[in-house]
Formats: sequence, C-alpha cells, structure tokens
Amino acid sequence: MTSRTRKLLSLSTAVLCAFMLFGCSSTKENAGESGNQGDGGSKAKKTITITYRDDGTGSNGTLFKWITDVASRYPNKDVEVKPTPIQASEGDYFAKIALALKSKDTAPDIVTEDTFILNADASAGYLEPLDDKVKAWEDWSNGSFIEAMKKGVTASDGKIYGVPYNTDSRGLWYNKQIFKQVGLPEEWQPKNWDEVLSAARTIKEKAGSDVVPIWMNMGKATGEATSMQTYEMLLYGTGERLYDDASGKWITKSQGITDALSFIETINKEKLGPPLSKVLNGQAGNNSTREYLPKGKLGISLDGSWITGNYLEGGAAPWPEYKDVLGFAPMPTNKGQAPGSITLAGGWALSIPSNAQHKDEAWDFIKFALNKENTQKLVVSSGNITVRADVAKDPGYSGMPFYQIATDYLKNAEFRPAQDKYPEVSTQIQTMVESVATGMSPADAMNKYATDVTRIVGQDHILEK
Amino acid sequence: MSSLAVAPAHKKRSTYTWLFYLLPSIAIMLVFFIYPILLTFFYSFTNLALTGEAAKALKFIGIDNYVRMFQDPTVRISIWNTLVFLIGSAVIGQQVLGFLIALLMKHKNKMFRRVVGTIVLAGWVTPEIVCALCLYSFFGDEGTLNAIISFFGIPEVTWLFTVPMLTVIIANIWHGTAFSMLVFQAALDDVPTEIEEAAVVDGASKWQILFRITIPYIRETITTNMMLVTLQTLGVFGLIYAMTGGGPGTSTTTMPIFMYNQAFVNYQLGYGTAISLLLLLIGIVLSLFYIRSMKE
Repeated sequence: MTSRTRKLLSLSTAVLCAFMLFGCSSTKENAGESGNQGDGGSKAKKTITITYRDDGTGSNGTLFKWITDVASRYPNKDVEVKPTPIQASEGDYFAKIALALKSKDTAPDIVTEDTFILNADASAGYLEPLDDKVKAWEDWSNGSFIEAMKKGVTASDGKIYGVPYNTDSRGLWYNKQIFKQVGLPEEWQPKNWDEVLSAARTIKEKAGSDVVPIWMNMGKATGEATSMQTYEMLLYGTGERLYDDASGKWITKSQGITDALSFIETINKEKLGPPLSKVLNGQAGNNSTREYLPKGKLGISLDGSWITGNYLEGGAAPWPEYKDVLGFAPMPTNKGQAPGSITLAGGWALSIPSNAQHKDEAWDFIKFALNKENTQKLVVSSGNITVRADVAKDPGYSGMPFYQIATDYLKNAEFRPAQDKYPEVSTQIQTMVESVATGMSPADAMNKYATDVTRIVGQDHILEK
Repeated sequence: MSSLAVAPAHKKRSTYTWLFYLLPSIAIMLVFFIYPILLTFFYSFTNLALTGEAAKALKFIGIDNYVRMFQDPTVRISIWNTLVFLIGSAVIGQQVLGFLIALLMKHKNKMFRRVVGTIVLAGWVTPEIVCALCLYSFFGDEGTLNAIISFFGIPEVTWLFTVPMLTVIIANIWHGTAFSMLVFQAALDDVPTEIEEAAVVDGASKWQILFRITIPYIRETITTNMMLVTLQTLGVFGLIYAMTGGGPGTSTTTMPIFMYNQAFVNYQLGYGTAISLLLLLIGIVLSLFYIRSMKE
C-alpha cells in the first residue's frame, strides 16, 4: 500500500467514525421533522398519543380497552389515537411520567395524572393550564361535573391542569363467608379500631392458618397505596392531618401519628396481617385483590372502592359472586369519635403536557372521551366513582353493586394536601410505614419521619404537637 | 485503543499524527465519559428535581446535598450494606470460589473441565435480570429451595425476608464467579510446571506449593481481578432491585439502590447525583488501595 492510499484510507476511517458519532442525533432530528409535517396543514393523519399506567394486564387492561373503544368511535377521522402505556409499578409510574414530560421528544399528547402528583407536575411546568379551554366547554360549566371534584385538578396557583375522570373512596372490604364461618356479623359495621382488631383476631383464631385476617399495604413498593389506603386512612381517623392548612405547615410529630403507627405495629406483632414477604413488594395490591380476596384467603382488606372493577366480566380477575360474598364497611375513626367513619378521596385526570405536539387535537379528544357516555363506560368498567353528576344519576351506573355505598362514604371524604411537596412527603410516609411493619418502634419511625420531612419542606414549614 | 496507535509504528511520526489517530477515541471518551461526569459533578451542587417547583427553577445550593448526605443515617446504612455485599459476594465469594474452581480444574481431563466450566459459565452469561428472577424464584416463599427443604420435613423459611443480604450475596456469587474462574484459569496455566515439580522433589506439601509458589506467582492477577470484581460489584443494581428492592426496610439498600430511590422515587435528582459521586469516590479509593498493594 502506498503512503498516499494509506492516508486516504485513514482519513475516510476518521470521517466514518465522526458520522457514527453523530449518527444518532441526526436521525432524531429527521424523525422530529417528519412528525411535524402533520402540523403544517398537510392532509396527513395526525396521531395523538395517550400515556397511562399499564399494571401488567396489557391489552386486557381497562384503560387500554376504553381508549381503543373511544378512539374507534371518535368522529374526527383525521386524528388517530394511539395508546402509549407505561408498564410500571405504581411508584415507578410517576417518575417515568416526569421524565417523559420533560422533553418534546417523549411527551405524549395526553397523560393520565393522579391528582396527588398533578400539583407537583404543574409546579414543574410539565402541564398545560386548561382554564381557557374548559371555560369554553359547556359540560364544564353547566353543572355536569361535581363542583367539589374540580378542586382535585386545581393546582396551588389556582389554575386548572386536567379534566378529572374518576374519584374513589376507601373502606374495609370483608369476606362475608369467612365472617359467617367464624361467627362474626355478616353486616359488619365496626365502631372503632378495637372492633376492627378484634374481628381480625377472631379470624386468625378460627378461620385457619391459610386465611390472612386483615390486609393493608405497608411497603415502599406499593407507593401511594401505602400512603393513602393505609396510613392516611388511619391518621385522618385519629382526627390528625398531614398538613395544617391554617398555618401552612406539615405536622411531623403528634399523638395521631403515634396512634396510626401503633395500629400498624399491632397488626404485625400479632401477625394479623399478610406475611411481610407478600405485602412488601410492588404486586401486593394486586395479590390481595385478585388472588387472596376472591379465593377466600383474606378476611378484611383496607382498600379502595375500585377493586370491584377487577371482578367484572373482562376484568383482571372475573368473580361474579363478589356481589354476595363481599361487604364494604366504612373505616371507623380510632375511638369512634365524630364523624364516626373516615375516607380519603383521590382520583385521576386527563392532562395535556406543555411539551405535547398536538394540544388542540388532544383537547378535542378529551372533550369527547370524557362526555357523559364515555365517562360512564370508564367508571363502570374500572369500578371507580364518577365525577360527573349526570353519570351518577344514570341507573346504568348507580345500579352497580357497592357504587351507592362508595359514593355515600364520600360525604366524610378528606383530600390529600394540594401541595407540591406532597409526593416527596408521601415517600417518607411509605418509608415510615414499612419500617414499623419490619419492626421499628412507632416513636423511632416518627422521629425519622420528622427529620426527613423537615429536610424536604424546611424548618419553617413544620409543626410538632 | 492504544493498539490502534501502536500498530503502524514502523516509521517515526510527529505528535500531530498520533493525536490525529487518537482523535476518535478521545472524542468518544469526552462525550460519553468526561462530559457526563462533569455534569453529574455540577448537578450534585444543585436542587435538581424530577417534579415540583424545583424542576422548573434549577438552583445552585452549594454543598447542601453533601451536608445532607453526612447527616442522613440511611447513607451510613447503605455504605455498610455496600461493604458487606462487596466483601461477601466479590472478595470472598467470587474471588475465592473462582480461584478454588480454577485450581481444582487444573490438570483435570478435558471433558471434566469442559462440563464444569460450562456450568459455571452459565451463571455468567445469564443476563443480570434473568439471573435475579431465577434466584428470586429459588429463594421465594413458594420457591425451589423451600420445596426442597419441606420435602425433607424442614419447616419453610422466608429467605428473602429472614436473610435478605445472604440471598443477594449468593445471587451475585452465582452470577459472577465464572469471570474470576476464567481469569484464574488463565493465570494458573501460566505457572510453570517445572517450579512446582521442583518443589515436589524438594519435599514440599501440596499446601506449601499452593501458598508459597502458586499464589505468590499469580499475585498480580489476584489483585487485578480483585479490582475488576470490586468495581463490578459496587455498581450492582438490577440484581438487588429485582430480588428485594433494597428491602425489607433498608437491609439490602446498597448505595446504587439508595441513589436510585433518592433520584427516582423521592424525585431528588440533585441529591441522587451527590450520592453517585460518593460511590465513585469509594470505587476510586478501593482501586488505589489495590494498585498500591500490587506494587508492594
């Protein structure tokens, strides 16, 4: 090889290397351009994407079926609606969403937001304010939406960042057959925590070792379910709150916190709960609702009103007998003090990311997807409670088992603090609950919680009682 | 990379030519290695967050993240867990077991070496996450191990909850031993048989040969392997995350798990990057320690 050809060869190698280096970025730009052609007014069909959490059920999932069904009936045929689920545990979903919303390349056109994180995502600038859009939407202003439910989608800046599509309440699901077998009343209405514990003790004694007396999610892996269904249901039942609205401070130490944690401690010390190996993983919620409860291996389950969605035909764990076997009792306050029972309400909304490519098309689709007919289909198939007054009156909805009870519980409903620090505080709650479940004393766990929350919200924003 | 530059070195070339040939690799190093490290370093002094107010307004907060790290008891727990995991699975487990397997296979017949070698290698070629799921189902409540022991009438044990650290250590040994075995096989093959034979003639016992001749002869390999295995183990995330998620409580929360939790569960990316730098620092300190002990 002559030195000239050798030089040429090395030069071309270097150039090739450089191309390889920048190869990825140029492809991405091209992809972006072709994606934008749709915006330029050409006749090409526009694709809007909807991101939601897939809990592992894939094309059998309620949301997937609902989205494809609504999309197939969507009158605007120039728009194609594409589900882009994120398969993740409840805890991971929100981190993945936040990462996706950060960039124009990955942000979907519509995203399902849990109302607890909506405020934080809005503060981060990830979501588009929808005030102008909802104002012009008849359904929003003519009383179709229950007024109180609009609070959940209003962030601390007073703007609206989503259209709610469901809400929920929480209480004690119990298996009437097991109750009958051990001699407990089939129409059960515990008046205080002691009655809940004594029922659990009776089940433990008489129902056999393969029946779990009471299930509450207690791990970090179950994320918000641990915070809300377990801890906050207990804490709010003591009369205590997470956040003091009057002073604008987070309550980091109080008798209520100790009481709530002591309840969890008792459950675990007396082995009234599920084995830790079952409850401290991300599948705990699914295991209790889809396996333990239908198979008669669980007596009482402190859980959300939506779990019946699993038992419907086409649900994740069809169980037609659930109407007769299950009971849904209100969660009592700790000593039975007024208002007697407590529930927390949450819910989900459809939001439009600030980085969405097709905001107008997304909004038009949301209006169609969350009209009366489609909202009703969704809440009935998912087992949730509706946020629309017109759906609530419809016999096709109100006739479903348990819906009336679940809706009744909403009368005493409490909401999580609409604070952008809540999601972070919530992860500290999960850590605290899990540490008590695994043997730490309530006092130590509360002290650690106090330190961690102080670090998150700052010394000036905490309150010790 | 250096072999690229050395290959055509028949003629003397100017510095610029060298540099020119090295350019692609330097560029790759800069873009994929130096730049992210600098960026991480920068972010560790900020309040970078995944969501909330801080996600919009990035603020420089000085050494707050580092102060917080030294006050956080979980950091101490996670450093301790990392060291236990490191010593248990890398230093003792992979290193010693890998050496033993290599030693026992030496001078054995070809068929035996092939069969045993393949079995050990199977753990290594299995992707980390598959390996984690295999061992999860092995140690799980209704897993293989419990099925075996209950067959013999021994009561079942919730392995992943009673001895979580032991299960992840065993998993990592199972997964990584083959690497050490391969390294030691190569090294042991290089030990000249004449020396060993001479020692036998002089009346040395098998143990004396092992500790006085074989091990000193491959000492450099031991140190290099120790360093490689240590660095690999320090970064283990998927295996532990899939098996125990760092739990129960914090009993298997090693530093990578803790870092992930802070960054992606608590949404504190800035704090997470500070922890990752601490992990990097531990890696550097251990490497320096090994390099120094190699020189002595």
